[in-house]
Amino acid sequence: MDFSSIPAALPALWEGMQTTLLLLVLGVLGGVLLGTLLAMLRLSHNPLLAGIAATYVNYFRSIPLLLVITWFYFAVPFVLREITGEDTPVGAFASCLVAFVMFEAAYFCEIVRAGIQSIPRGQMSAAQALGMTYGQSMRLIILPQAFRKMTPLLLQQSIILFQDTSLVYSVGLMDFLNAARSRGDIVGQPHELLLVAGLVYFIVSFAASQLVKRLQKRLTP
Amino acid sequence: MISIRNVSKWYGDFQVLSDCTTEVRKGEVVVVCGPSGSGKSTLIKCVNALEPFQQGDIVVDGTSLAAPKTDLPKLRARVGMVFQHFELFPHLTVTENLTLAQIKVLGRDKAEATEKGLALLDRVGLKAHAHKHPGQLSGGQQQRVAIARALAMDPVVMLFDEPTSALDPEMVNEVLDVMVQLAQEGMTMMCVTHEMGFARKVANRVIFMDSGSIVEDCATEAFFGDISARSERARQFLAKILPH
Ligand SMILES: Nc1ncnc2c1ncn2[C@@H]1O[C@H](COP(=O)(O)OP(=O)(O)O)[C@@H](O)[C@H]1O
Ligand SMILES: [Mg+2]
Repeated sequence: MDFSSIPAALPALWEGMQTTLLLLVLGVLGGVLLGTLLAMLRLSHNPLLAGIAATYVNYFRSIPLLLVITWFYFAVPFVLREITGEDTPVGAFASCLVAFVMFEAAYFCEIVRAGIQSIPRGQMSAAQALGMTYGQSMRLIILPQAFRKMTPLLLQQSIILFQDTSLVYSVGLMDFLNAARSRGDIVGQPHELLLVAGLVYFIVSFAASQLVKRLQKRLTP
Repeated sequence: MISIRNVSKWYGDFQVLSDCTTEVRKGEVVVVCGPSGSGKSTLIKCVNALEPFQQGDIVVDGTSLAAPKTDLPKLRARVGMVFQHFELFPHLTVTENLTLAQIKVLGRDKAEATEKGLALLDRVGLKAHAHKHPGQLSGGQQQRVAIARALAMDPVVMLFDEPTSALDPEMVNEVLDVMVQLAQEGMTMMCVTHEMGFARKVANRVIFMDSGSIVEDCATEAFFGDISARSERARQFLAKILPH
């Protein structure tokens, strides 16, 4: 083992980490947003909307993420061409982000749905009895309470997503893991760099889960 | 003020309300009692359209609930409702509980809503607790806040669904006192409660329900006065809940 090339590799690794983190943050934000929308559809009294949302969720939970990433890598430019009528180069990052948002939304949907259902029904009645519309009651009363309860679970899912971002190597995006791999190949020390990468993934994920555990303790009185 | 006309309601095959008809006039206090599961909560929830019904109509202050064009949120904003389990919003402070709907539903500005909310909080004797969260209050205090929250919307009628039955006995009176005061000020009230002392004191009429039907609907003095004139089921019920 020879770790002498690590210091020189740090800038490239940091650049990769930035891509990973950007993908993570945007993926979580988009995923939670779309997931919340799906959750509300699943809980709506319209059987058609609820059915569509349920099909979406069950579908995306039944296929591997790697497939979704590869698929969207080809699908996103194709769909854009259909819409705009011209070739629009989107790059691996954008198509990966779309893939993550669509895929993670299915998981976030189930978390949000459970969160909404954990709020006593009387809260919705009370909000509506004060004259709030269904939408206002959701936005002002139900969702704020649900999100507070769900925060630990959402963060846990985000930690999983942090690790899953490494799958973007399949379409050539230079995330943290891919940066480590290519760097290792260039300097001829692939094992050392992968070891370092593994250590970084472990430290970040482990530290984050410890934080989540603490938060969970604070949120449950 | 409230006119309930031949209302029937089913949950699937199960009929919860059978042909209920009654009237609550302006300024009147009506107490609804009856055994558990007789449909009292369902009836009162139908009055502000929290529950739909399949037959009949309810007219609240001139607005028909069965009419398809009725703006239900707007109607509910004029009907105050107090729940058995208070249902204060735990993520908001007491003041925010009192002002949120005033601001979002009635469009009052924050200063006006806060002034109104705090005045009502003072009236239920809880001004010192304005900044707290509901979880920091006792059950009786929470229910008084819930009453103030409903009153902040300037309702034309107040509905109560067993407002004291989830409370420890020593807290029942502080809530009943607020309700008695409200009744004496002329508020139109429809109260599901088993507090017969309250009924005797302020109710104009008592309704007795059993198995989804209104079995008795008569003046308070008559209801408690001549027991022998009451139906068999009402007599059994009264024998159970009245101390002898
Ligand atoms: N959502 C519901 N679905 C099916 N049955 C219900 C529902 N809510 C209430 N019921 C039934 O309707 C009947 C009347 O309930 P309720 O109005 O709560 O009675 P009360 O308030 O007089 O105790 C009960 O038998 C209850 O089990
Ligand atoms: Mg009830």
